Amino acid sequence: MSKLTDFGKARRETTKMVPVPSHSIMPERDLGQAPALECLHLGIDFGGLKAVDDFNITVGKTEICGLIGPNGAGKTTVFNLLTKVYQPTRGTIMVDGQDTAGMSPARVNQLGVARTFQNIRLFDTLTVEENVRIGLHNQVKSGMVSDILRLPRFWKAERDFHEKALWYLDIFDMAKYADWTAGSLPYGAQRRLEIVRALATGPKLLLLDEPAAGMNPSETAELMENIVKIRNMFNIAIMLIEHDMNLVMNICEGICVLNFGKIIAKGTPEEIQQNPQVIEAYLGAGAHQGEKGGEAA
Amino acid sequence: MKKLSKTLRSTLSTYALIIIAFIVVQVLMGADLISNSLQGQLVPICAYVCLAVSLNLVVGISGELSLGHAGFMSVGAFTGVIVAACLARAGVEAELVLFVVSAVAGALVAGIVGLLVGIPVMRLRGDYLAIVTLAFGEIIKNLLNNFYIGVDNAGLHFSMQNSSSLGMEQGTIIVNGPQGAVGIDKISTFVGGVVLVLITVAVVLNLMHSRSGRAIMAVRDNRIAAESVGINVTKYRLMAFAVASALAGAAGVLYAMNYSTIIPSQFDFNTSILILVYVVLGGMGNIRGSIIAAAFLTVLPELLRAINDYRMLIYAVVLILVMVVPNLKAYQRLVDMVRVRILKRDAAEQAPAAAEGGEGHE
Ligand SMILES: Nc1ncnc2c1ncn2[C@@H]1O[C@H](COP(=O)(O)OP(=O)(O)OP(=O)(O)O)[C@@H](O)[C@H]1O
Ligand SMILES: [Mg+2]
Repeated sequence: MSKLTDFGKARRETTKMVPVPSHSIMPERDLGQAPALECLHLGIDFGGLKAVDDFNITVGKTEICGLIGPNGAGKTTVFNLLTKVYQPTRGTIMVDGQDTAGMSPARVNQLGVARTFQNIRLFDTLTVEENVRIGLHNQVKSGMVSDILRLPRFWKAERDFHEKALWYLDIFDMAKYADWTAGSLPYGAQRRLEIVRALATGPKLLLLDEPAAGMNPSETAELMENIVKIRNMFNIAIMLIEHDMNLVMNICEGICVLNFGKIIAKGTPEEIQQNPQVIEAYLGAGAHQGEKGGEAA
Repeated sequence: MKKLSKTLRSTLSTYALIIIAFIVVQVLMGADLISNSLQGQLVPICAYVCLAVSLNLVVGISGELSLGHAGFMSVGAFTGVIVAACLARAGVEAELVLFVVSAVAGALVAGIVGLLVGIPVMRLRGDYLAIVTLAFGEIIKNLLNNFYIGVDNAGLHFSMQNSSSLGMEQGTIIVNGPQGAVGIDKISTFVGGVVLVLITVAVVLNLMHSRSGRAIMAVRDNRIAAESVGINVTKYRLMAFAVASALAGAAGVLYAMNYSTIIPSQFDFNTSILILVYVVLGGMGNIRGSIIAAAFLTVLPELLRAINDYRMLIYAVVLILVMVVPNLKAYQRLVDMVRVRILKRDAAEQAPAAAEGGEGHE
């Protein structure tokens, strides 16, 4: 457990958060670069329900940002808006300085947004390696004709696919599962495979929807290390939804709290933990327990 | 490489199955052990195998329901017949050339029609393909019922009223409305049929085990996830559908060139359903299964001809059994038992290989 507190300490020492124009904050090191993500007045209605409303956020180029809130607050809906599973009712989404209005989900991914899903969505009947190869779809090229006629281009692509897929799997120490069927993997490994598949698309912004859900404490600890590791390896922004406060408070540099579809607080983990509105709406006794747990370890 | 990868093994065994079946039939024919009526079925069997395999690309691999496969078959068939008649009139005599050119033409036209039918449908979410292909099959049948096409020295003539309105001098009528295409050169052969089966299987399997094929299967397995990794869903659904249509077109040419006459109503809804039955029985996405199911169910009525009175009854019973048995608890338990045994054996084999680590693929 000592490692977990180390994350928090390291982050406090190295990350300085500063306010940016859209009334958000980002790490000082990311200032002066186009933010990985900028949302302005983003919102969506389901019938009469404003599932997300007036959502403003700026995520720095290499920031790890947490999105938290009680059940049904609209967190997953925000991810679905960012990846265009839903088209927003109002507002703007800028990815790496580019407006994504009217884009398809596939186009947004090509622009650099990759995600995992709260309810795991793997290609269950295919193997682990094939899942990652599908993630590499736009990284390695070969067309229908060369695929059917098995032209040299096809063989070159297959070699590239194989090498790259194993390289990505190795990051999470999963190369040994390469030939397994994705659906037959243990739960924790399925979650990790989703991250590998998302990473394989070469994103600038990685969205993780409850990556630690259903994981045991040692798996969660490993996951925290891996999230920080991939951020440092690929220099990408990561936004994560998570109910595990230990994880969020330790690795996230900026945190955004959502309640009933509206942002009720933004800030560093320390600020969020002390925010009375947040404590009332969501954290309550849990936050203090989490802190104590961290100190005791 | 000591052990072939699983996919390669299954691919090779599929080709082996076709070639062995071909050799067996040739030997039996040499020994005069195949009845005349069964010999007449050899080309249709090949055509149905091609149709089942190509429909499996849509239904099994791409995961969409198509109820109009016979429609694409008829587009190919009539295109092929027209092209062959024109070529023959232009003095081409080599049967091989006639067959290859008309098969390619049939595939091309059917593929283009597949694209045209697919483009508006594939943009929609949901299972509209079944409805549209069902309608397409009926429309194409009724259209062809009203087509009169003939050829004379001035070229191709077309009418939708009757054959006399074609206005030809000393021409030949190729397509004569509800009477269908007449005077077809019977140039399809069993060897040609087997070659077409091999080509169809190769196209489908090569596509399946490639970048494009993985994208198609990704869309089938989880559309939202496929989009989230940047796959253009419309493009790959369309690709599977158009390639399958083209292959059905080629199979239609093979089928048509086996008879002197074909009529549009041969390629109706019932035929589409028959092909679908082969695919379902053989297993979704299982190419070898489609081949076996199509061949077996086409041969079965012929084999049962000896007991003529009960022929269709037995056929029906077999069909019901094949559908019902796999869903029985007792059968599933048996399969599980066998599978566990095999898995154990495989695991014992694989353990040392896995320990060596990263083994080559393909
Ligand atoms: N497609 C939809 N149609 C109608 N309502 C929806 C739809 N998707 C989400 N909602 C509603 O929007 C609200 C927010 O849902 P969302 O899934 O974003 O919550 P969440 O914050 O991710 O919760 P959890 O922590 O349980 O995952 C809920 O009230 C939900 O019922
Ligand atoms: Mg959620």
